[in-house]
Amino acid sequence: MTESPFKADIERVQKEYSEKMTPGAIAYIPGSSVINKTGSWRVFMPEFNRDKCVRCYLCYIYCPEPAIYLDEENYPVFDYDYCKGCGICANECPTNAIVMVRESK
Amino acid sequence: MPIRTVMKANEAAAWAAKLAKPKVIAAFPITPSTLVPEKISEFVANGELDAEFIKVESEHSAISACVGASAAGVRTFTATASQGLALMHEVLFIAAGMRLPIVIAVGNRALSAPINIWNDWQDSISERDTGWLQFYAENNQEALDLILIAFKVAEDERVLLPAMVGFDAFILTHTVEPVEIPDQEVVDEFLGEYEPKHAYLDPARPITQGTLAFPAHYMEARYTVWEANENAKKVIDEVFAEFEKKFGRKYSKIEEYRTDDAEIIFVTMGSLAGTVKDYVDHLREKGIKAGAAKLTVYRPFPVEEVRELAKKAKVISLLEKNVTFSVGGALFQDFSRALVNVEDKPKIVDFILGLGGRDVTFKDLDEVLKVAQKALNGEEFSEVNWVGLRKEIL
Repeated sequence: MTESPFKADIERVQKEYSEKMTPGAIAYIPGSSVINKTGSWRVFMPEFNRDKCVRCYLCYIYCPEPAIYLDEENYPVFDYDYCKGCGICANECPTNAIVMVRESK
Repeated sequence: MPIRTVMKANEAAAWAAKLAKPKVIAAFPITPSTLVPEKISEFVANGELDAEFIKVESEHSAISACVGASAAGVRTFTATASQGLALMHEVLFIAAGMRLPIVIAVGNRALSAPINIWNDWQDSISERDTGWLQFYAENNQEALDLILIAFKVAEDERVLLPAMVGFDAFILTHTVEPVEIPDQEVVDEFLGEYEPKHAYLDPARPITQGTLAFPAHYMEARYTVWEANENAKKVIDEVFAEFEKKFGRKYSKIEEYRTDDAEIIFVTMGSLAGTVKDYVDHLREKGIKAGAAKLTVYRPFPVEEVRELAKKAKVISLLEKNVTFSVGGALFQDFSRALVNVEDKPKIVDFILGLGGRDVTFKDLDEVLKVAQKALNGEEFSEVNWVGLRKEIL
């Protein structure tokens, strides 16, 4: 499994991050928004069918988060920690390799 | 040597700003405050003040530009009044929440409708919950001094809150009085350079200001503004003491006048304090035990000092140029909060007067006295009184 390109940053923030209130609620750790795992907002999740994928990267380009990165063979990998389930990837996918399915947690 | 001269409160405010050396002034003209930025722009144009003067399209933009400049890390100043301050309203909360020590000079003016350009305190009183510190000047000298004091308190590490200094429209803004302009070197010593420790921008220290706080953090952020207001009480006393040492003029949160054996104490703010002190002299000549007290600091509300004051009086008469509909004046609520759980408290009577620039005369104060004396004698009295109402046109 390919690792997130942001892994080092996420680990750095997790190490440095403190909840302690600062004057003016200033956020002192760059990139500290990764603490907020927006994946919990999801109602529908993108389900990926590798066989249908033509590696056009449209999902990767359109993802507004970005919660999609590419593996060694340039197939998309979905980062469910941060994917909000907006469905743009599924909408853009020309081969229906991505479909949105209801979260079943 | 300090220069003794004569000037309007608006000019005194501009001079205070010049002495404080803000790096950014963003302002939009409004009666009665226009002269403040006008004079400052002159200072900047003449090279007497090294600052960026930003001409903006509204008061909302003026205070927003101040927020931006202050967040970047420099001393900032602006002036406004009435509808202008009201237009700044939402940004005032942001300035306080972001803990930016901006100072505003407010030429206290009534709010529309009907349109009225004259004095009362409704504009700044209506902003009392924004988290800003509030000072009120009795005369032009106080307007100058309190702006310098406001910067010093606002920028204190224990406070870091914006501050507004109010002075009455026309009664002060446009009235020429003797004013002493302090020496630049002494002001420099008193204020120093503004060196922010938190809110400033530096590419080597990337931070986010104006963050989003979820329910898990918002209350704590608001609590720090509460704490800063509480801290300001002590800091204000320290700064007043230092100011007196450097400039020889004494300030206190509540200035008392002939209160020691007073049965009735008239409490007010701003220029009205002058009239009320004269009235107290007038009553004393007639053998009536009256005293006066002036709130120089309105936010943070000096709860402890109010309790001390209350011990001296049998009746406290609040004279206020503002109204909170169906309740009374703002001071009435504040004094009630300070005294509600105190044993043996004086009677508190509220008087709403002088709205929209109506002169407050001895005749009006006689009306005040009459109600206060009823309270003193244990007779039935009205808690909230509109003074000097022209009943014949109602």
